[in-house]
Amino acid sequence: MTLVHQDVVETDAARGDAAVRLDGVSKVYGRGPASLLALDHVSLAADRGEFVCILGASGCGKSTLLALVAGLDPVTAGTIDTTGHRIALMFQEPALFPWLTVTGNVEIALRMRGVPRSQRRAEAARLLETVRLRGFEHKRPHELSGGMRQRVALARALAQDADVLLMDEPFGALDAMTRDILHDEIERIWRERSLTVLFVTHNVREAVRLGDRVILLSSRPGRVLEEYPVRIPRPRRIDSADVAELAATITDTLRAEVARHGH
Amino acid sequence: MATDTSARVSGLDALELGPQAAKGASPSQLAGKVWQSLWPKVLAVVIVLAVWQLVVLSEWKSPYVLPGPAAVFEELRNEVTTGAFWNSILITMRRALVGFFFAILIGTAIGAAVAAFRPLRAAIGSLITGLQTMPSVIWFPFAILLFKISEGAIMFVVILGAAPSIANGLISGIDYVPPNWKRVGKVLGMRGLSLYRHLILPASLPSFVSGTKQGWSFAWRSLMAGELLVIVVGQLSLGARLQGARDLNDAPSLLAFIIVILLIGILVDIVFNAADKALRRRWGLTQT
Repeated sequence: MTLVHQDVVETDAARGDAAVRLDGVSKVYGRGPASLLALDHVSLAADRGEFVCILGASGCGKSTLLALVAGLDPVTAGTIDTTGHRIALMFQEPALFPWLTVTGNVEIALRMRGVPRSQRRAEAARLLETVRLRGFEHKRPHELSGGMRQRVALARALAQDADVLLMDEPFGALDAMTRDILHDEIERIWRERSLTVLFVTHNVREAVRLGDRVILLSSRPGRVLEEYPVRIPRPRRIDSADVAELAATITDTLRAEVARHGH
Repeated sequence: MATDTSARVSGLDALELGPQAAKGASPSQLAGKVWQSLWPKVLAVVIVLAVWQLVVLSEWKSPYVLPGPAAVFEELRNEVTTGAFWNSILITMRRALVGFFFAILIGTAIGAAVAAFRPLRAAIGSLITGLQTMPSVIWFPFAILLFKISEGAIMFVVILGAAPSIANGLISGIDYVPPNWKRVGKVLGMRGLSLYRHLILPASLPSFVSGTKQGWSFAWRSLMAGELLVIVVGQLSLGARLQGARDLNDAPSLLAFIIVILLIGILVDIVFNAADKALRRRWGLTQT
């Protein structure tokens, strides 16, 4: 295990083309005896155009990690380098604004980015086309299904014109069929737009289905436990034998990590 | 492959959205619906009129002081044909709307300030709630001292009655903006004013509307109390007419004006409820 870690550090240093790089990042919440160490010296990097899945059980600080990269929260120690890259973040809940239509929810992101009014409508239509929601422009969020809402949220994230997309368990609340379709969709959009994706999940198969690399975090505090390059050719299916095999290996490590927190 | 996914996406969307409800209803269905919502109200009015008539028939009080429904509605029918009646309504409604308008301005300004600045909240947050619990009629002696018998005295109390509810509605609306919306706002780059304009204010709208609705009912009560207590010469408002009817022992006219005031209250309530309902439907807060 130590070997793997060493190996990672070296290759990261050698690459030097990372879109996102974390060096010894720690995050402590609170102060004194009540303080909680959420992340402990986490170092990882995502190359330009890479799809990196960050996997971990509860309490591994997965969401914290993304919040730090997105700049929503300051780090306690270490550095995060995203110089030259625009970052968008997507959550588990679509969190669409109910007072806006589907188009309005996308346009607000364009507006915040400074896109002139005359171009917003057409740009929003293009983004909704990308997530296959043409014909639903004037619906309200509550009129859509969960999967469709999450696609609006994706269009809104894409509207930020980011090249780095952070996704915090974006499909966690969806049923298997919808999730399966959205895996195909996010994979397609990632390719079309050459995005760098940091995708957080607790679903091992999902991580193997999507990632070029899977980074396993330990729990409480979150540390990088292991890294798995995924060499299964795309397009992949979540129910294929290759995916299942690697997922089983990772699950064993994950189980051992969870068991460590028992007695 | 691409068309395959595309078909699966649209297929699943169609399945998840369920069958489209048939739009529009036949005239007979519509009539049935109207009747459904109407008959309880009609029944209520019939019951009230019947009890009233029974009390009159029991001769508990002389018909001089307690006339029956027939006499009162006769009076009301005569009244609505006069210009003076509509002028009274105009005077009262103008006071109500002007007072309510200023209450909204002041309540919104105070609410926004209190919600935005923590020290201000500590200082006057509980004061606003305290004001809200006070019957506004107790301000009239002071208001008359300040403004004499004038429109100003009435406005003062109407605004004092309504503004706290409006401010409180806005404050709780801002306090309860869901944290995940705020995170989205931050991610999209909303800061300071743009955060208020594009997120906080629209998000607090439902709470603001219910605060405003409550504010209106306080304004209306304060106004009615004010029109009975502060009778401005030459301004024959509904309250002044009511007081005048009492001075002349004109019971039918007195009851007729009470009915008018009741009807205005009901009408305004319908408007507020319609606004509230429309908002909830747009946001998907109601099951329909």
